[in-house]
Amino acid sequence: MKQWTDSGGTAGYDRRSFLKTTALPCLAMCAGTLGRSQGLLATESDAQFVREAQFYEKLPYKKIKCKLCPRECVIDDRERGYCGVRENRGGTYYTLVHSRVVTAHIDPIEKKPFFHFLPGTMAFSLATAGCNVNCKMCQNWEISQVRPEQVRSTYAPPEKIAALAQQNRCPVVAYTYSEPVIFYEYMMDTARAAHEVGVRSAVVTGGYVAEDPLKKLCKSVDAIKVDLKAYSETFYKEVVNGELKPVLNALVTIRKLGMWNEIVYLVVPTLNDSDQEFKGLARWVRSELGLDVPLHFSQFHPEYLLKNLPPTPLATLERAKAIGDAEGLHYVYIGNVPGHPAESTYCPKCRRVVVERVGYTIGAMHIKNGKCQYCQQPIAGVWS
Amino acid sequence: MKTASGTTRRRFLRTAGSGLLGSAALAFADPRGTPTTKSRVVIGQDPQLRKAGSGVDSHRLLALLDKTIQATFDRDTPQEAWRQIARPGEVVWLKVNCLAGRGFSTNGVLVDAICERLQQAGIKDIVIWDRLNSDLESAQFRINEKGKGIRCFGNDTLGYEDELAIQGSIGSLLSKTLTQVCDAVINLPMLKDHSITGVTMALKNFFGAIHNPNKYHPHGGNPYIADVNMIPQIRQKIRLHICDATTAQYEGGPPFMPQWTWPYNGLLVSPDPVALDYTGWQIIERKRGEIGMKSLKEMKREPVYIATAADANHRLGTNDPNQIEVVNV
Repeated sequence: MKQWTDSGGTAGYDRRSFLKTTALPCLAMCAGTLGRSQGLLATESDAQFVREAQFYEKLPYKKIKCKLCPRECVIDDRERGYCGVRENRGGTYYTLVHSRVVTAHIDPIEKKPFFHFLPGTMAFSLATAGCNVNCKMCQNWEISQVRPEQVRSTYAPPEKIAALAQQNRCPVVAYTYSEPVIFYEYMMDTARAAHEVGVRSAVVTGGYVAEDPLKKLCKSVDAIKVDLKAYSETFYKEVVNGELKPVLNALVTIRKLGMWNEIVYLVVPTLNDSDQEFKGLARWVRSELGLDVPLHFSQFHPEYLLKNLPPTPLATLERAKAIGDAEGLHYVYIGNVPGHPAESTYCPKCRRVVVERVGYTIGAMHIKNGKCQYCQQPIAGVWS
Repeated sequence: MKTASGTTRRRFLRTAGSGLLGSAALAFADPRGTPTTKSRVVIGQDPQLRKAGSGVDSHRLLALLDKTIQATFDRDTPQEAWRQIARPGEVVWLKVNCLAGRGFSTNGVLVDAICERLQQAGIKDIVIWDRLNSDLESAQFRINEKGKGIRCFGNDTLGYEDELAIQGSIGSLLSKTLTQVCDAVINLPMLKDHSITGVTMALKNFFGAIHNPNKYHPHGGNPYIADVNMIPQIRQKIRLHICDATTAQYEGGPPFMPQWTWPYNGLLVSPDPVALDYTGWQIIERKRGEIGMKSLKEMKREPVYIATAADANHRLGTNDPNQIEVVNV
């Protein structure tokens, strides 16, 4: 079964090496192998996946304006938005992917990656088809850049997901692999169902979301990891097909609302790897979000439309981390390089290892009651 | 399949002759304009095309089709002209446009007429195709996925290739119907306005051949529409563009907005999709001007992709009016 990667974060490493290098279980759930369609292979009738969408405005002549993400697609009757999973039918806007799961796995939470949110636990992870951007380096384009009817899917209503998470001793449901913003209604309903059985929710997103839905989301979930694709509008325009500013705004909103948040920055050789960009990013994080937001610089692996570029050199990742450290950020990591010392968490005060990691495996853990066991320095995060 | 004309495909197949077999050594139309010769766009109109209070007259439409095709290829008979388009033994794909549903899709009477002429030219294996079966059905085409003769199905039936076709700004999976079934494509777009790309005619109709058209509408579809048409598997199979302008729409597209349609009672035919789109765009602009509407440029939705398709990186045809020979028949 194909292993989907968490958006932008854990690239070639998990697909190629995860099963070989870790002993943690990664259990395929629900739909089995969910490869790309050889025709129309949807396994369930379409009607059960269709719900009226939230966040849209009706316009004259049966047009609608989607208000879910900053793109604000104006969509004619019988047409879909950029994401490909929301459709205008006679002037009413529908999501086509409620409960329409294309892949589900049980992953270590570190694979998302969340390093400061319930480390060592397993996350029941799921996705539907679709995405509201089109990153040229997408690791999961076979599910994110297709329409729901172009991939196999299975019907998995929120209560079923909550029950499966509970049965499999997963304290977290993770919405990941593609872009959960585009299956917003399903994510919100699932988060509610999961909370009812004591299971928390973690979102892995590109952060390209409008403010209203984001604020409501923050009231319903427990952690959000944002894939910040770059710190330049040019990169967002040319490589992501999106915009940087709304993503930065979303990060500020998430932080203001007290949501646990981590940031992944996939370092793409020659495109977003300059000192200037790393420094600008680190300074922005320090000034707008604070020193305690974990920042993961992850290694890129050539995929999708950027197969012409090499993997990120380790030296580049270490340079990025050094710049983040120099700006005073407390938790700067290197991702997708298993065994690198910068996978572990260090106490910002005494500099001793408080969470030891190798790949997705947690070794020693020296945090008690949210504090460093050695010097009692609070370590930001959600530890229990 | 029952078409808007009321004729059934079964009846048509019964009544159609055995056809005239063409030679395998025929010359084929170059689907691209060249800088040394003008691109011909034939506009055929028949004010009497519609019967009073009813649909398009099938006999008159067939006659109009014959005139335009003959004028396109400078041939004396329809059979000679159609033999310039495809040869016996080839599977010919008719790319219709059914997105707007029953009210405003490629006219079934026109499709019938083309099938009739193709069969008479010895082309027996014809596929009527659009993006989805549901699109085709909404336009009153009947799905027929199997067998020889005239089939009709959308991408749902065979799906898409597994490997991405990457061309310029485009990264898409191609319809297997295009790549694996069809040898030649006759493109049958509509003449209509498009709220995002300005107009949608020959060039944009091939968004139906890729799996992710929703990703390529931003920026007025520029340069995406031109890039899609550069994909070799598309470009090399296109033989002719026949734009259905029996009814045309100058505002509110791509959905059917009857208040903004008018009976143009015509066809636009060309091997050059850029010249055809440019010419069709001017027709829409003239209509908008006649009724006092702002131009597409003033509305900030000028179809700039047409110029891109003609530029040095694409050379899919010409948008230079001095290089377009418009022939009215």
